[in-house]
Amino acid sequence: MRGLSELTNTSIILYIREPIAAFFTLAFPTMLILIFGAMYGNDPSPIFGGLGSMDVSMPAYSALILGTIGLLSVPITTAGYREQGVLRRFRATPMRPLTYIASDLLTNLAMTILGMALLFTVGWLLYRVQFEGNILLLLFAVILSGLAMSSMGYLIASVASGARVAQIIGMVIFYPMMFLSGAGMPIELLPPSLQRVSDFLPLTYVARLLRGLWFGEPFADHLFEVGVLAGILVVFGGAAARYFRWE
Amino acid sequence: MAPVLEVTGLVKCYGDLRAVDGVTFAVDEGEIFGMVGPNGAGKTTTIECLEGLRQPDGGRVSVHGKDPYKECRTVMERIGIQLQESDLPSRLRVGEALNLFASFYAGPVDPEMLLERMGLQEKAKSPVAKLSGGQKQRLFIALALINRPEVVFLDELTTGLDPQARRSMWDLVREIRDQGSTVFLTTHYMEEAERLCDRVAIMDHGKIVALDSPRAMIRNLGIEKRLSFQLLNGSKELALDALPGVEHVERRQDRVTVSGSGKRFISRVVNALEDNGIDFDDLRTEQPNLEDVFLSLTGRAVRE
Repeated sequence: MRGLSELTNTSIILYIREPIAAFFTLAFPTMLILIFGAMYGNDPSPIFGGLGSMDVSMPAYSALILGTIGLLSVPITTAGYREQGVLRRFRATPMRPLTYIASDLLTNLAMTILGMALLFTVGWLLYRVQFEGNILLLLFAVILSGLAMSSMGYLIASVASGARVAQIIGMVIFYPMMFLSGAGMPIELLPPSLQRVSDFLPLTYVARLLRGLWFGEPFADHLFEVGVLAGILVVFGGAAARYFRWE
Repeated sequence: MAPVLEVTGLVKCYGDLRAVDGVTFAVDEGEIFGMVGPNGAGKTTTIECLEGLRQPDGGRVSVHGKDPYKECRTVMERIGIQLQESDLPSRLRVGEALNLFASFYAGPVDPEMLLERMGLQEKAKSPVAKLSGGQKQRLFIALALINRPEVVFLDELTTGLDPQARRSMWDLVREIRDQGSTVFLTTHYMEEAERLCDRVAIMDHGKIVALDSPRAMIRNLGIEKRLSFQLLNGSKELALDALPGVEHVERRQDRVTVSGSGKRFISRVVNALEDNGIDFDDLRTEQPNLEDVFLSLTGRAVRE
């Protein structure tokens, strides 16, 4: 995998240099903490089983970051690079296509972890939020969720004609999910009919898995979410591999 | 010595269109080999088959004896590519781009030295998006040279550049060859091919219609040369028709145009004017060029 570390470093730098992407991934979830924290505080509430609103927002907004990166960053960047001819230029080197994909996934994992670290730091400083789970299990969940969301993103990039279309498809898929999956706002606040809709949304399983593992629930209780996300990865990843275009 | 590039009966179709229709040629080491022709003639498809970016539908393509599509990673290590339509991330800086591409190869040159050679050292920290057209092309050439390639492919290198930038690109291409690389380029500027290339393949509708050195092509064309001048002191009877090589003399008031052929055509005419004491001014010669070769082969002018 020659070039992997150099390409990943460069991609991370470029990600941070892109103000809009950096805002939505890094600053937006943290901003939500500031806004909703000011509105609701973090007092223990029976709605959340004795947890505070900010406590449950930590894994929820982590899912939001994963959704933003997988369903917006991945399709926009990939389709944009294809449209501009960046992918063509990479193809005209001995670098393997797999190296490019691996570097993209590593970059997005790094950005996810950076976003979550920022989120947690602000949550801890203002509301003393706690992480009560196993960090390795959480990392596994983040990686699996990232792969599942990114596979959807690559498929969007593959079917979209260009970056604009990819952005529109990504937004149409992502924004309803943001509100209905429990990532953007607690699922407990939705009426039961809408809660049922959430069962059909991929991001819901990211939010449920992260929330469970964040608060230390046994991994065995979340095998269904793991299975759904693995299924998404196989189906969408397979379709993306089939339809991916370098130019 | 085996040729560096060998193409035999290459065919590439897009749907019903035979974009490249049975092309055969070979390029020797150290040559600047050009492929010219109008847009859509099949030049880019041919170069991309050689670069291993497209799979031929028929025929054989080899680079250093290897199939560039099937052994693309081995071949990519030894060739340098400048693509017609490609770009880099707009916020990527020049220095970063070179370091990044250097990391893709087993034996890259020092990126700093390459920047200096391309006259881009002051732009090392500039984002790609802020470069002028000429600077950007220099950066793309730098990327193509980062692995000390034995063959460099340049696809429409100077399209869209102003004449000054174009000339400096020509110098750069000659320099690349002088440093030991074989150069394969495409262009739709006939003048560029004529001035830059050792040998030229003229392409039209997916076929090679002529392949030779530009000079030989023009010479073999047998097109007449033309010389015109302004007579200064009135209407004297000119005895130019009788000169060897002169085929036609045309006179419009004081402007005389003489057409003919042969190596010494121009000096003969001028000497005859001198010998007869004819005063003239504003002497112009029109040499046939590759443009005329294309016209005579295809019956059409190359449009830009």
